[in-house]
Amino acid sequence: MKNFKIEHRRNSGIEVLDLHGELDAHTASQLEESLKILIDKGNSSIIVNCKELEYIASAGLGVFMAYIEDVREEGGDIKLTNMSDKVYNVFDLLGFPTLYDILNEENEAIEKFLNEK
Amino acid sequence: MKNESTYTLTVPAATEKLADVRKFVFDHSLQEGFSSEQIEDIRLAVDEAFTNIIKHAYEYDSNQEVLVHLHFDSDKLVVKLTDYGSSFDITKYKRPDLKEQIKKKKRGGMGVHLIRTLMDDVSYSRVNKKNEIKMSKNRG
Repeated sequence: MKNFKIEHRRNSGIEVLDLHGELDAHTASQLEESLKILIDKGNSSIIVNCKELEYIASAGLGVFMAYIEDVREEGGDIKLTNMSDKVYNVFDLLGFPTLYDILNEENEAIEKFLNEK
Repeated sequence: MKNESTYTLTVPAATEKLADVRKFVFDHSLQEGFSSEQIEDIRLAVDEAFTNIIKHAYEYDSNQEVLVHLHFDSDKLVVKLTDYGSSFDITKYKRPDLKEQIKKKKRGGMGVHLIRTLMDDVSYSRVNKKNEIKMSKNRG
């Protein structure tokens, strides 16, 4: 898909997904697949870095809604980082900031995960 | 004083067309002088409405089509999305409780809330099996 891409890497032992481009009802299945693979492998501490995410529709937020309980039940979390104001605004309109850990920088998420362990 | 102008796009009811629909709305709104914040709002609202038609009116039957109609005048933009699928009256939807949804691992229903928040006026009509969602964004 030309307008959306996910890259996977590890930072300080924590799984990180880098989102690039536009996340909508079409591309959300790619994010779902990537998250599912990580969770099925037993990872419950996941960072989603949104630095290169240019656009998000509610279908994208829906993916986070579907999986957050799974990882929290395992003592983990999905932490979202590096969002542009434009992308954050959509999360904010839907009330996500009170229920999700949304951080400015990836390093803050790493520190939080390491301190929680 | 600017003249009124109208643009239409007919697209298959398929999620892979979402990017094309967003570009259509983005380009014309920009050309018609809307601010970047307003364009972001319009683009997302149209994306959500188009997604709802694919999911609920046509249930992912990509052989169906959706008509996207933009009408600009000196005060506002009126976007109309027309389909011939099942009735889906977005004005009747309540805002879902995010906390409850997460607990039940459910998703959805968020798009309708976004459309209502982002646009100034939203209405729905169904006449002779034709569904029409009308959303407007004021210039001022």
